Amino acid sequence: MTGPTHIFDQPNAYIGRSVERPDAQRLVQGRGQYVDDLQLPRMVHAAFVRSPYAHAKITDIDTRAAEQAPGIIAVFRGSDFEDYVTPYVGTLTHLQGLRSPPQMPLAVDAVRWQGEPVVMVVAQNRALAEDACALVEIEFEPLEAVCDAETALEPNTPIIHSAYDNNRAWERLVDAGDVDTEFNRGDVTVVDHVFYFARHTGVTLEARASVVEFNPSDNTLIYHYSGQAPHMMQAILSKILSLPEENIRIIARDVGGSFGIKIHLYGDDLATAVAARILNRPVKYVADRNESFVSDIHARDHRVKGRMAVTSDGKITALEIDDLTGIGPYSMYPRSSGIECNQVLNLTGAPYAIDNYRAKGTIVFQNKNMMCQYRAVGHPIAMAVADGLLESAAHEIGMDVVEIRRRNLFKDNSYPTSSAAGMKFDDLSHQQALEKLVEFMDYDSLRKDQEAARQRGVYRGIGLVSMVEVTNPSPMFYGIGGAPISAQDGATVRLDASGALHVSSSITEQGQGTNTIIAQVAAGVFGVNIDRVKVTTGDTATTPYGGGTWASRGAGIGGEAVLLAANALKEQVLDVAGTILQCARESLSIDNGVVIDAQTGAERISLGELGRLVYYRGNELPSDVSPELVATRHYRVTDFPFVFTNGAMAAHVEVDQDTGFVKILDFWAVEDCGRVINPKLVDEQIRGGVVQGIGGAFYEECVYSEDGQMLNASMADYLVPMAAEMPDIHIAHIETPTKTSVLGAKGAGEAGTGGAPAALLNAVNDALRPLNASIYQMPMTPQRILKALGAV
Amino acid sequence: MSQSCDISLRVNGETVRERVPVRLNLVDFLRNSLGLTGSHVGCEHGVCGACTMEVDGTMVRGCLMLAVQADGSDITTIEGFGEHQRAVDLQAAFKRNNALQCGFCTPGMMASALEYIEAGGVADRSAIREHLSGNYCRCTGYQSIVDAVVEVIGERAAK
Ligand code: FES
Ligand code: FES
Repeated sequence: MTGPTHIFDQPNAYIGRSVERPDAQRLVQGRGQYVDDLQLPRMVHAAFVRSPYAHAKITDIDTRAAEQAPGIIAVFRGSDFEDYVTPYVGTLTHLQGLRSPPQMPLAVDAVRWQGEPVVMVVAQNRALAEDACALVEIEFEPLEAVCDAETALEPNTPIIHSAYDNNRAWERLVDAGDVDTEFNRGDVTVVDHVFYFARHTGVTLEARASVVEFNPSDNTLIYHYSGQAPHMMQAILSKILSLPEENIRIIARDVGGSFGIKIHLYGDDLATAVAARILNRPVKYVADRNESFVSDIHARDHRVKGRMAVTSDGKITALEIDDLTGIGPYSMYPRSSGIECNQVLNLTGAPYAIDNYRAKGTIVFQNKNMMCQYRAVGHPIAMAVADGLLESAAHEIGMDVVEIRRRNLFKDNSYPTSSAAGMKFDDLSHQQALEKLVEFMDYDSLRKDQEAARQRGVYRGIGLVSMVEVTNPSPMFYGIGGAPISAQDGATVRLDASGALHVSSSITEQGQGTNTIIAQVAAGVFGVNIDRVKVTTGDTATTPYGGGTWASRGAGIGGEAVLLAANALKEQVLDVAGTILQCARESLSIDNGVVIDAQTGAERISLGELGRLVYYRGNELPSDVSPELVATRHYRVTDFPFVFTNGAMAAHVEVDQDTGFVKILDFWAVEDCGRVINPKLVDEQIRGGVVQGIGGAFYEECVYSEDGQMLNASMADYLVPMAAEMPDIHIAHIETPTKTSVLGAKGAGEAGTGGAPAALLNAVNDALRPLNASIYQMPMTPQRILKALGAV
Repeated sequence: MSQSCDISLRVNGETVRERVPVRLNLVDFLRNSLGLTGSHVGCEHGVCGACTMEVDGTMVRGCLMLAVQADGSDITTIEGFGEHQRAVDLQAAFKRNNALQCGFCTPGMMASALEYIEAGGVADRSAIREHLSGNYCRCTGYQSIVDAVVEVIGERAAK
C-alpha cells in the first residue's frame, strides 16, 4: 500500500522520533492507577481455597466454620455458580481436532491441578478472607497424577478426562517435499538433537487483579481489568454470564506488565465477576505471588526431537521436527492452548529456504497448571531448534556459522515468497540483517578473541540466530477459529473547540508506550503539537471496537487506524477551513495547530479559532455546510495472515567449566520491524524482550515434583533475571516498511524473547565444543552445564 | 483474628495517628489505610523490591515490616520523593531513558536508585547493577535504568 508519504517528513511529523512518554510522569511520581489501587464504596475482598493435589476427587466440602468467621460476606463453592455461568471451552475451530472439556470458574467434582481454585471466600478485607479460607474443610480422594508429557499417551497412564479415550488434546502434521528421500541420500550430513524447554511463566510484577462492580438497577457490570484485550473480555463475559454485551464495560487503567499472561480468562477472575453479580457490590481479587505461580498460565514445556540434513556445501536439504507439549488439564479459554505448538510447526526453519520439511506436533493433557500463550508464542522453541541444528550442522561440516546462514537464508530479493510450512513472507531482509549483525558485533575479531581466550583456558562462545517474528495478525489467527477476538482496530480522532486533538483507540497500554505512539502518529499526520493530543485507551465504553494489544500488533494495526483517522479528520478540517477562508481546500494544509497556505506556509486560521467558529458561532457558516470535526477509521491486515518481521541476534558468553555458571558478556540484536515510530521505545521493547529470553534460557523454570506439586512457587525460589547478571544489549535497525499499510510499521514486542534463547544456546554450545560437551535443554542451569561436561 | 495497636508516625512530612491490627504490614497500611498507593506489592516476601521505601533514613522493604514497628518513624514513599523535589532529576532521567515501562517496579526502583546516588555511589555500571539487584523489573531489561542512574550521578557531580 502506498499513501501520503508527506506525513513522514513534515517538521512536526513525530514519526521516527524518540518522543518521551507523556504518561511516564504520573508513574515516576507514584500516581499510577493499577487495579489494586482502587477503593470503591461497599467493596469486599475475595480469597480462594486452592487444590493442594494435582489430581483428586472432591468428596466433601464443609464451609460452615468459614461462614461463621468474622467479617465474612459469602462463601462459594463451584456448584453455587452453576446458575450464573455457562461453561466455556477453550478450543478454536481452525485448530482442527483440538479438544478440551468445558470449564467452570471453580472446581466442582474433581481437581486437576495443584492450585486450581475450589472455594471462594468473600470478606470485609483480604486478611479476613484468608483467615476463613483456613477454616474451609475439603475432603479429597487423591488420584494418580499425570505429569510427564512423554508418558501421557501410554496405555497404562490414567486418563484425566473420562469423556476421552486418552490424554491427547491435539495433533498436527506438516509434511512438505520429500523428507525421507533427502535424509537417506547418503551424500548429506545429518545432525539430530532432542531439545527440552522447561515450563516457565510470566511473573508480571503486578499480579493478576480484578475489581468487578455489578449494578442490579440497570443490570450493568463494570470490570476493572488488568489486561490487554478489553473488547475480548467484554464479549466473553457477556457470553459466559449471559449479560448483554452492551451492559458490560471493561476498564483497563495502568497495567503492571502482561506479556500474554493477562489475556486469558482465569477461573478466579471470573468467580470475582460472578460474586459481584450475586452480591450486588464491588468485589476485589488480587492474586498473591504464590497464587500467581500456580495459576497464571505457564508457557513452553516442549520436547522437540529435531534433525537436519545438509550437503557438504552447507545447503539444508531437509528438516524434521517432532514437538510434544503438555498443556495442563484444559485448553485455556478463549485463545486455546494450541497456538504455541502450532507456531512451533509453522515457524521452525522459517528464515531459511528449505524445500523438504516435516513437523509433527502433539499436545497432551496433564495434571499441571495450564499452559498457554506467553510473549513470543512458540518462537523461542522454533528458533532454538532450527538454529541449534543449523549451528550444529555447520560444525559437523566444518563451516562457519555465518557462512552457513548466508547459504540458506531467504534472499532479500526473493519476496514475496513462502516457507515450506506455508508461511507467506514479504518485505523481509534476512541477508541484510545478518551482514549488519556481523559488522555490528565485529564478528571476526570476536572469533580471534575467542581463540586467544581458549589458549588461556577460558571458554567463550559466540552464537547467532536468524529469526522471524509473527506480528500484525489478521483474522486468520483467532477470528477464523470462532473466538470473539477482533483482529481489526479502530481509532477516533476529534478536534475540540480549543484546537486540541482527542484520540481514542482500541489498542491498549501495558507500558510499551502505546499511548505515546498513538499521539505521535495523530499529531504528525494531522499537524498539531504533540502536547495538544490527549489519548484514551483501555475502556470499552469510550473507544472504538478492536483487538487490543497482543501478538505485536499495537503499532502496526492500531497505529495505522490512527493514521487513517487523523488523515481523514485533516481532510474534513480543510474542507471547513476552505469554506471559512473562501479558498480552495487544496491550497491549504495544517501545521503545528494552524491552517496554513500550503504553498507559502502563511498562517490562515488557527485550529482553536476554527474550532470555536464551528462549535460556538455556527451561524457564521453557510447553512448548507455541516462540519464534522471527528473521524473514525478502522484497519485490519487483509493480504497476509500475519506480517512477519525479521532479525538477527548474537550472544557472547563465557562458561566457567568448574561451576557451570555462564556469564553473558554481550548481546546484539539487529531488528527489522518496518517503519520505526519511536526508536527509543522500540529499542526498549527489544531489550526487555531479550532479557525475558535470557530468563528462559538460563533461569526460569516451574519445577514440579512427580506428583504434580510445583516446588518453587515463590519469588525466592523461582529465578528471574535481575540487574546484576544482565548484559548491556546493543541494538541496530533495518527499516523495510510493510506494504500492507501506509504507516509501514510491523511489530517488535516479541523479537527479543523469541530470538535470544537460540543465540544463547548456540553461544553456550560454542563455548562447550572444545570440551566435547553440548546442551540442548533450557534453562541452561549451572547443574545442567556441569552434567553436560560430565562433572556431576 | 488479631489485636490492634495505636501508632503515630510521620509519613511524607505529615503526622499520622491510626489504630492498626498488629499483623498488618507497613506497605498494606500505607496503601490501604492512608491511600498511598504509589508503593507497590509484588511478592510480599521481601524479594521483588516493589515496596521499597525510606524509613528513618534507610531504604527498607515495606512488606517485611509491620505497621506497628513503624510507630514513631519517619517514612518517605514515592509520593514524598515525587513531591518534595528530592528526586526530580531522577524522575526526569527515568523518563528520558524510558527506564520504566509498566511502571510497577518504578517506585521501588527509584527508591533503591536514590539510595545509591545519595550515598555517593559512583557511575560504575556494574556497581549500579549490583545495587539494584534486589529490585525486580520484568519490562525494561534494566539497561535503561542503569543509564538513568549514571546520568543523574553525572548531573549531580557537575553541580
Ligand atoms: S512486595 Fe515487598 S519485596 Fe516484594
Ligand atoms: S517497568 Fe514493568 S516491572 Fe519494571
